[in-house]
Amino acid sequence: MLALAPDTLIMAALTIPLIGALLIPLFHNAPNARESVTLITAGALALTVWSLLPHVLAGGRPAAIDLAVVPGLNIAFQVEPLGMLFALVAATLWLVTSVYSIGYMRGNGEPRQTSFYVCFAIALWATMGIAFAKNLFTLFIFYEILTLSTYPLVAHKANAEAIRAGRIYLLILIGTSMVLLLPAIAWTWVLSGTLDFIPGGILKDKATPFALCALLALFAFGIGKAALMPLHFWLPAAMVAPTPVSALLHAVAVVKAGVFTILKVIVYTFGIETLAYGGSGSWLVYAAGFTIIAASLVALRKDNLKARLAYSTVSQLSYVILAAAILAPISAVGAAMHIAAHAVSKITLFFAAGSIYTAAHKTEISELAGIGRRMPWTMGAFTIGAISMIGLPPTAGFLGKWFMLSGAMQTGQWLPIAIIVASTLLNAAYFLPIVYTAFFEREPAAHAVGADAAHDHGEAPLPIVIALTFTAAATVGLFLFPEVPLALAKLMAGV
Amino acid sequence: MSAITAQLPGLQVVVPLLGAIIAAFMRRGTLAWAWATLITAFTPIIAFALLFQVWSNGPISYHMGGWPPPIGIEYRVDLLNAFVLVLVSLVSTIMMPYARRSVAHEIDGDKQAWFYAMYLLCLAGLLGIAITGDAFNAFVFLEISSLSTYVMIAMGRDRRALVASYQYLILGTIGATFYVIGVGLLYLVTGSLNFADIAARLGEASAAFPRPVLAGLAFLFVGISLKLALFPLHLWLPNAYAYAPSFATAFLAATATKVAVYLFLRIAFSIYGVALDLKALPVSTVLYPLSIAAMFIASILAVYEQNLKRMLAYSSVAQIGYITLGIALMNQAGLTGGIVHLFNHALIKGALFLALGAVMYRAGTVKLDDLGGIGRTMPLTFAAFVLAGMSLMGVPGTAGFISKYYLIVGALDAGKWPVAFLIVASSLIALLYIGRAVEVAYFRPVSQAVAHAKDPPLMMLVPMLALTFASVYFGIDTELSAGVASRIAELLIGGLK
Repeated sequence: MLALAPDTLIMAALTIPLIGALLIPLFHNAPNARESVTLITAGALALTVWSLLPHVLAGGRPAAIDLAVVPGLNIAFQVEPLGMLFALVAATLWLVTSVYSIGYMRGNGEPRQTSFYVCFAIALWATMGIAFAKNLFTLFIFYEILTLSTYPLVAHKANAEAIRAGRIYLLILIGTSMVLLLPAIAWTWVLSGTLDFIPGGILKDKATPFALCALLALFAFGIGKAALMPLHFWLPAAMVAPTPVSALLHAVAVVKAGVFTILKVIVYTFGIETLAYGGSGSWLVYAAGFTIIAASLVALRKDNLKARLAYSTVSQLSYVILAAAILAPISAVGAAMHIAAHAVSKITLFFAAGSIYTAAHKTEISELAGIGRRMPWTMGAFTIGAISMIGLPPTAGFLGKWFMLSGAMQTGQWLPIAIIVASTLLNAAYFLPIVYTAFFEREPAAHAVGADAAHDHGEAPLPIVIALTFTAAATVGLFLFPEVPLALAKLMAGV
Repeated sequence: MSAITAQLPGLQVVVPLLGAIIAAFMRRGTLAWAWATLITAFTPIIAFALLFQVWSNGPISYHMGGWPPPIGIEYRVDLLNAFVLVLVSLVSTIMMPYARRSVAHEIDGDKQAWFYAMYLLCLAGLLGIAITGDAFNAFVFLEISSLSTYVMIAMGRDRRALVASYQYLILGTIGATFYVIGVGLLYLVTGSLNFADIAARLGEASAAFPRPVLAGLAFLFVGISLKLALFPLHLWLPNAYAYAPSFATAFLAATATKVAVYLFLRIAFSIYGVALDLKALPVSTVLYPLSIAAMFIASILAVYEQNLKRMLAYSSVAQIGYITLGIALMNQAGLTGGIVHLFNHALIKGALFLALGAVMYRAGTVKLDDLGGIGRTMPLTFAAFVLAGMSLMGVPGTAGFISKYYLIVGALDAGKWPVAFLIVASSLIALLYIGRAVEVAYFRPVSQAVAHAKDPPLMMLVPMLALTFASVYFGIDTELSAGVASRIAELLIGGLK
């Protein structure tokens, strides 16, 4: 832990990734030094962010920088519990992903690794900016930087498919944020005269329930990163990116930035009570519920492992939105918990998918028969991640669902309960067969005879195994020791 | 010292005007360039001094030749035109170091000195339009700047530059004629050519002769709209920008249309707005649909354009639509948005056209299909293109965002939320045409034309990067852009009847 003043720590968190991004290109021709820079940067960032935690847990709301761009639009940062949680998750998992990336990028001989690591560092910088933003304007700036810095990562392979995916990615994410989110922010400003995140919201008695309903719709669909249907299809398209990108950015940083923003807007801009009182938020339960079920049904039919994981992500993201839309403080705790839980579990699953691709060059679920015996660590971690997705103890996924259900029961809303139960069954239906195939089916005999190089493989490179073992352990660890995220979530919801 | 200070408004125009004449006698291109750079560098010093005076002491009235207005020509500097003077002179000064290599590359040796003479003449004309308080004098400067522009365009390497120049000559002359007819009508009913004097007499004249007053507005409106390339009077612009020498394109895109917008603001707000109820006149009614059509149609045309210079030219037409939309909104936030976009767009388009000039210099082409992989062979140039392009799209944290934000708030304040949506929807089209260039530049294999290209020499690189930096910087520190623009909007709206 660094014993520095909290505002210094915030400044550090907002500059360290940027310094890393500037240093990495200097070591273009020395891959070992270059990866060391990434690891040191990620380590320093994680240390900085963890050092902020005691201040926030003690009830502090440290702030840094307050720069008025034009009257009313300030670039300002303040750490509140939800942002703290998000920053902790992203910074910690960046360190793990950096270890993983080294194994993956080298193992697969990926091109343009320098620009890959640079974009990655900028994306993390943007994530810190989102997490610590004090107002909607600051958040919006970093939200767009995150989109723009991850675009080159999506189009990394530079083949026709990657370029097409990059187009969809940019068009949907920039499109929704410009056409819907920006007017929503401007409207909020016109209604309330401020864009700050304030506990209890800033829109109480400022607009009719109908106007609030429309404004919420602009936010919910304008924050395209939350992948609410029908604006979700950028996410499966983005799976052409190298797996570390899918793992950290499209299971953690980018999509979590989306649901994080929605949660923040509901809690700190609208205010849970303001929304609940007028009934303006009730439609969101249906939208999120539809996405949960529909995405799960699509996931059932996907044979490509990363595609199935992507649709599972779409579905899981809407859990967070659903939890927020229940509009009970205790379910907001569930939403925050689920952000952390889904992050560690889904990154484990993606790590496993990338591990299989690196070691066996397999991408389809139907090819995975018997692979559990060749790659026990990978598939073991995958199994833990899958259990967490379904939401069973002893994994982190259980906690989020528990609080969501409590909130729904407290407020007597039966629809969310039905949705959660139904989707739990669906999750089991598309994850358990993978585990079964991997461990209990025999490898096809034809392959055994051929005994080609691609087939005759063991575990993936060591950095990969270390990374996925760590995240799998964290998935269980978060269930056993949920104190930190739980304390932050409760501080946010005020319960 | 104070003797010079008193003559500053006159010097603002006289220095480049005389400089142009001297440059015309030079033979060596490099010498003419050095001379033009020196002369240009004087203009922002004068402009800043004027802005400073106006900011602290209020408007300056300067009587040309000592003849008091309304008989003599008055140069009248208030915050609005001091702002425009600073913009035009400063951007030109930043660009001048760039000119030497680029002009030497694209124009034959014996014509280079002539080019710089024309450039200085054009600069004098533009500064003259911005500073004069006399309607006919403005016409004279309008013609000076236009005629020199025709020559500059015709000097383009491509033979189509001649047709483009001729096209502009015809349309520009029609525009100037419309303007002078409008001035004539105002002179008929008020007996004056001085802006302030016309404004003082127009109310009375309008009561006596309502139709000539309205017809005068229409003529002025159409005439200036041609110069500022308001859709659908923009037809001269794409070819002119595409085939002019790269430096001329960058210079004109950053300054010429902006000065025309200024003249429009002056006539709408300082003459008609002072004398009559501007909101009752059919200014907004006409501007709304045309601005929105520009924003969409010109942007879509840009998406389908292969020649990157033409693509940016269409984008300019679209961006002018945002500026005129801000004028049409006629409220504080909207007008601020229009004026600040005038400033921001000058920086952004200047940076983009300079980047393309560098591409032209190294690769010899700006056809998109020939430029595969250029982002890797000219990394700094294309990084500048991408950053300025983001500002063009209005990514938050860049100058372009500030303009869009004010326009959106202006539209919401006016209760026109569909207009707010149209603003954001059209700026999405900028993503399409900038993104298309980015894809080719970074994700295609390096093509033959650009294989040996590299970033341009430092003299070209620095102005380009400076403008790029400015087009991002003014998204964070807006004291000089939005701060002044908002003050100007206050004054203009406060002056309305």
